[in-house]
Amino acid sequence: MARITLDRLAHSYSADPRKPSDYALKEINHVWEQGGAYALLGPSGCGKTTLLNIISGLVIPTRGRILFDDRDVTTLRTEARNIAQVFQFPVVYDTMTVAGNLAFPLENRRVPRDVIEARVKEIAGLLGLERVLERKARNLTADAKQKISLGRGLVRADVGAILFDEPLTVIDPHLKWQLRSTLKELHRRLNVTMIYVTHDQTEALTFADKVVVMHDGAVVQLGTPEELFERPAHTFVGHFIGSPGMNILAAKIEGATARVDGHAIPLPRAYPPFPKDQRVEIGVRPEYVHLRPSGSGIPVKVKRIDDIGRRRIARVELDGQPLAASIADSIAIEGDEGSLAFDAEQIHVYTDGRLAAGKPLVGTQS
Amino acid sequence: MLLFGNRASDRQSGERIGVSLVLEGVRKEVDGNLYIADVSLTLGKGSLNVLLGATLAGKTSLMRLMAGLDQPSKGKVVMNGRDVTGWPVQRRNVAMVYQQFINYPSLSVYENIASPLRVAGLRSAEIANRVREAARLLRLEPYLERRPLELSGGQQQRTAIARALVKDAELVLLDEPLANLDYKLREELREELPRIFAASGAIFVYATTEPTEALLLGGNTATLFKGRISQFGPTARVYRWPHDLVTAGVFSDPPLNTISVVKSGPIVRSDTGLVMRSVGAFATVPDGRYTVGFRAHHLGLEPAGADSIALPAIVSVAEITGSESFVHVDVGEHRFVAQVPGVRRLEPSSAITVYLDPLRLFIFDKAGRLRSAELAKAA
Repeated sequence: MARITLDRLAHSYSADPRKPSDYALKEINHVWEQGGAYALLGPSGCGKTTLLNIISGLVIPTRGRILFDDRDVTTLRTEARNIAQVFQFPVVYDTMTVAGNLAFPLENRRVPRDVIEARVKEIAGLLGLERVLERKARNLTADAKQKISLGRGLVRADVGAILFDEPLTVIDPHLKWQLRSTLKELHRRLNVTMIYVTHDQTEALTFADKVVVMHDGAVVQLGTPEELFERPAHTFVGHFIGSPGMNILAAKIEGATARVDGHAIPLPRAYPPFPKDQRVEIGVRPEYVHLRPSGSGIPVKVKRIDDIGRRRIARVELDGQPLAASIADSIAIEGDEGSLAFDAEQIHVYTDGRLAAGKPLVGTQS
Repeated sequence: MLLFGNRASDRQSGERIGVSLVLEGVRKEVDGNLYIADVSLTLGKGSLNVLLGATLAGKTSLMRLMAGLDQPSKGKVVMNGRDVTGWPVQRRNVAMVYQQFINYPSLSVYENIASPLRVAGLRSAEIANRVREAARLLRLEPYLERRPLELSGGQQQRTAIARALVKDAELVLLDEPLANLDYKLREELREELPRIFAASGAIFVYATTEPTEALLLGGNTATLFKGRISQFGPTARVYRWPHDLVTAGVFSDPPLNTISVVKSGPIVRSDTGLVMRSVGAFATVPDGRYTVGFRAHHLGLEPAGADSIALPAIVSVAEITGSESFVHVDVGEHRFVAQVPGVRRLEPSSAITVYLDPLRLFIFDKAGRLRSAELAKAA
């Protein structure tokens, strides 16, 4: 069990890095608490796997240090770090039984027989593998094999951290639900630091207490799922989290009013004038923009309405910019005309992609 | 609309109108193992058809039979009114896109897209027209001179899709084409695909394991379970009015919550000892034994109406996605998932009350057929 400190960590795969774009991982400084559940989230090439490999010892960083509690492990081999790892594809010994596979990491460390048996039984129970314990791993489905991989990662009680690298990619959606909540329960029960790498926002947000969103080799925001959703620090986070992502619209800001295509949209905060060369945008999530019949707000052309079963999402255009809006169950939209209403409290202002602080208005209502 | 040039030379324009694929009692058995069981299906020109089912449900097997890569053990495959059962894939006008991005690594994107046209012996001017058209539709114009491995995964898969479209095939089969892409890329391509499909006019068959993907794509959906098609129809319709328990199960994400119950007059009792009032959908069925199914977003933390059924629950895990929360609860011996709006921080092991909207229940009889149809329609 360990607190993980990333101290001025940076990595480049080139031998002689000069400019920022030479770095697959730009400098980061973080302390991840003992027992926390962290997710590293971002698209391919964002640096999340490089960071995971530095933590596991597969990659030695170009600069900086990594500490497990107070121990500098920067150059230690993976085996010397006291961590467990679960990969995207199942890693199991086909000729061994399921019980044998689960027991393997413990037998290797000469744990007493009775402790091994109790632990294997407990983990098998949590993962629903009790009934196949004596079967050879070879004949099991891909799902079951990945459960064994998870079990092997979880079976040691004394690890400093468990690292998961996209562990549910090969799992069917229905089973994903089950395994995800199982992992979360296990995390609570085992009190071990868990780090989970994924490009899937649902997996990251539902698993982690803290999500580390990465983009272009840098951490753009570290926050709770709620913070990432309600106050994205960067337009990239707004876009990447949420489905569809946050609407980003070019706008002019005058104090506590945004102007888009001549329409005035009230804001919950007031902003000072921004320098002329800055790109100024407002960001608002589709959940906080409501499409209503025309005549009750900002008029828009409706391009398409997606019925995704549980809710409807309208695709509209405002000032030539595409925008996604929600439609309440009770509302019917006829033809291609509609109007928009914004939840003022939920509109953010971004300059050059970064969240502008603004000053809360006193005594406003949403 | 003929998008990739009017091939009047080798096809009468009128012929396209009759394009359809009909499967009649198609069955596939190998060494006594049943892969596809008596599937009958009619797919029309210009239609998008989703095959929705879990891994090993038979999606790929069915597509291979449609393509002619495999031949059925029984039944007929009819294309445009002509029996093509037993015809090899080369004699049929089909294109396939796979989960793995398959391109020729040594050829440029342009030549990758052009390859089926070169094989068909078209003139270069015609090839250039069609490749440009496909590249425009798939937003590949800036990358035509690059090699596939210099592209992102999304661009590589677009290249494979462009190659499938450029052939002007009558049948295009896509086997989980977005499964290997990043979440956000998947979202983008998924939004573009219906537009691309509509512009092409071919018959599209799209296999996926994800109910949400089926809903976003629209078109028609066939739910597949153990080699059988349980229901086929317009996607939103199949989702809202599943004919049976199997379909409702396949087409629910999070998984469908279910309870076995016996209705007897004003009381509905579950095998596990839960007692509910016989309101809403329960009131529409005669006394007897049923399976009740309800989706996660029809189980709430507040009553939806005066008739809501209150159930005592213990929180197992609350998962928060930002805009909504998935609350896993234990109700007696049952584990249910409730999908509720907003952020709900609930301590594990805390006792709460969950509410079931009796109007949104699906009630299935012993054979698994939906019995509460009228009320389900109102939902």
